[in-house]
Amino acid sequence: MLRELKPALLLLTLFTLLTGLLYPALVTALAQLAFPEAAQGSLLRGGHGEVVGSALIGQPFSAARYFWGRLSATTPQPYNAASSGGSNLGPLNPALRDAVSARIAALKESDPKQTQPIPVDLVTSSGSGLDPHISPAAAQWQLPRVARERGIPEPELRALVAQHTAGRTFGVLGEARVNVLTLNLALDQRSGRP
Amino acid sequence: MTINGYVQILLYLVLLLLLAWPLGIYMARIYGETVPGFVRWLAPVERVLYRLSGVRPEVDMPWTRYAFAALTFNLVGTLVVYALQRLQAVLPLNPQAMANVTPDLAFNTAVSFATNTNWQSYGGESTLSYLVQMVGLTVQNFLSAATGMAVLVALLRGFTRKEARGVGNFWVDMTRSTLYVLLPLSLMLALALISQGVTQTFAPYSTAKMLQAVTYDNPVNDANGQPLKNAKGEPVTEKKITQEQSLAVGPVASQVAIKQLGTNGGGFFNVNSAHPFENPTPLSNILEMLAILLIPAALCFTLGHFVGDRRQGHAILAAMSIVLVALLALCVGAEQSGNPLFDRLGVATQASDTSPGGNMEGKEVRFGIVNAALWATVTTAASNGSVNAMHDSFTPLGGIVPMGLIQLGEVIFGGVGSGLYGMILFALVAVFVAGLMIGRTPEYLGKKIEAFEMKMAAVAILTPCLAALIGTAAGVVSPAGVAGIANPGIHGFSEILYAFSSASNNNGSAFAGLSANTPFYNAALGVAMLFGRFWVIVPVLAVAGSLAAKKTIPTSAGTLPTHTPLFVTLLIGTVIIVGALTFLPALALGPIVEHVTMISGQ
Repeated sequence: MLRELKPALLLLTLFTLLTGLLYPALVTALAQLAFPEAAQGSLLRGGHGEVVGSALIGQPFSAARYFWGRLSATTPQPYNAASSGGSNLGPLNPALRDAVSARIAALKESDPKQTQPIPVDLVTSSGSGLDPHISPAAAQWQLPRVARERGIPEPELRALVAQHTAGRTFGVLGEARVNVLTLNLALDQRSGRP
Repeated sequence: MTINGYVQILLYLVLLLLLAWPLGIYMARIYGETVPGFVRWLAPVERVLYRLSGVRPEVDMPWTRYAFAALTFNLVGTLVVYALQRLQAVLPLNPQAMANVTPDLAFNTAVSFATNTNWQSYGGESTLSYLVQMVGLTVQNFLSAATGMAVLVALLRGFTRKEARGVGNFWVDMTRSTLYVLLPLSLMLALALISQGVTQTFAPYSTAKMLQAVTYDNPVNDANGQPLKNAKGEPVTEKKITQEQSLAVGPVASQVAIKQLGTNGGGFFNVNSAHPFENPTPLSNILEMLAILLIPAALCFTLGHFVGDRRQGHAILAAMSIVLVALLALCVGAEQSGNPLFDRLGVATQASDTSPGGNMEGKEVRFGIVNAALWATVTTAASNGSVNAMHDSFTPLGGIVPMGLIQLGEVIFGGVGSGLYGMILFALVAVFVAGLMIGRTPEYLGKKIEAFEMKMAAVAILTPCLAALIGTAAGVVSPAGVAGIANPGIHGFSEILYAFSSASNNNGSAFAGLSANTPFYNAALGVAMLFGRFWVIVPVLAVAGSLAAKKTIPTSAGTLPTHTPLFVTLLIGTVIIVGALTFLPALALGPIVEHVTMISGQ
């Protein structure tokens, strides 16, 4: 075993330099050249250049004038992007029933006139706790409320939602989705809020 | 399931085979005498590595020396990762000022990465510095994968060599795996992922001013930094309000690329590839899923080229694919059917072009049900263990698929190298059983299979099973084990069973509700990982050495052909029977009872 110790130590050192320093440094350098925005986290900036979020990371919304995103189970606050986490509630856990029921109640209270069934993604927690998207059906469910709260005609709002909706990639991969944060940002900009 | 679901799955499988085929042939040449012309420019780097480290590449090692080299290399690697975590507070590249990692967690993480398991007791973005992620974890992602590939190549040489003493040179096989296969593929994948939005930066976390402030309950700590509890033992909290969001970033893409390709699976972030910065789009998702099975599938083609009979590789690939597709169908079906609870509460769970439907708890909208179930299946078929959805929140039958694939011994594709050498051991058992039934001398790929090979195969197949079951038993009878359970009732048992199955078979995924960052779980799961890795590697190398020393016997009328549908069936049967006999009682106590309870509406 001892005669293998020298090559083990030396090769580990060399591969640490190669795969642990050189490789990430090379990837970082190429990333900063080719995709500088993405490499930094796809940051969104406000009017004064301040960071207002990332296009890929969701934010908590509870006001009626905003579209709401998925439930988030991160701690201590929802959408804590410094500590991702799912609810990890099992299918029979009473806590899951309570969380879903509470969410249904909150959604119904936000718009008592909306009688359609609520799409499942709007009442469940995302895996990351940071999901920036909801399904187009979930946006559609909330559309009358937001239109009313903001005084925007529904067809106009529907067009705005469509601008922030992405279809399946190449028409096949993944699911259609609405980016809640960029949509809400556009709503705020439209009504002249900061 | 929707038509689109079938299309996505078919597309994935076709792309996988199209990519694996040329890569398999390429790898067969890498481990041969001379490397292919278009990568010969890397040869000087290889020579420099040998010269600086005092390796003599022409030395042919007997299996014992090969095993010692592999063990020494992994031991040294483990110690370095341990030391890096224990010292990270004083080391550079720690912009978030992470504190030193506790001894038990550092042990668990070091073992986890050196054994290619990548179980996550740590929460990446809240525990580890950039330096540890790069110099500790990323390096072991490469080297533990390369170790698995090297051991496989040694076993393949056991079949091709005649009356030979040696099985190759560990240092050469490990170096070539890293330099010619893992590094170039990782570089390409990392750049593709960044184009989709995976971050790659050394900058500290940035802070965003959110659109809407959030009110939340913040746990209060006492003077010693421990959570304060009230008289009832509940944590004390205070109302807090914030409009700031701290966005964790880092050198993510470089690590995610190799963690997918090397069947490692340890994420940069706590939630792994469910995190938008690790897996931002459906395109990044399919690339990462392809990377999971790419090398394990390609190695089947490598086997065919190595032994000079491509049909042998195709037969093994067919056996793996059949089991994969069957279990995939179960998982997608169960998750799309969803949780009857949601229907009782009047929620819309029907899948359509505007809604994923099904059981969306713990899943991301951009991936939906199909991609979450597909990922869960391939990540546990391979011993990858990365996740893009929370397995703990799967329906009982959706969750039995990842757990069952792990318990089959990580041989349905399995880890890079380790999956195929595990499957070859099952093939030895299959020809042995067939030989007993029909009264022929068992032989595989031109070598006679005798008592020694069978003993070693039995040790390698049964050790992980034993570690998983003993560990689970210890977990459910000890207060420290039970304390980690998050979900009450049957599901809590499943969490412990999943944890020890995952560690013992070096998968690394979890029913993540389990609070595993405790001294009990860190130690017990660490030991299970060590058993599951090295009590397989050493017997496999013993088989390699024993086979290499034998004569090759020519195919005769008495030889059982091992490339036919009959043999594929026999091989699948062997894998399923061993797995089912070992784990069915435990599964009956966990997910199966849970499923029956769920559909009875309680």
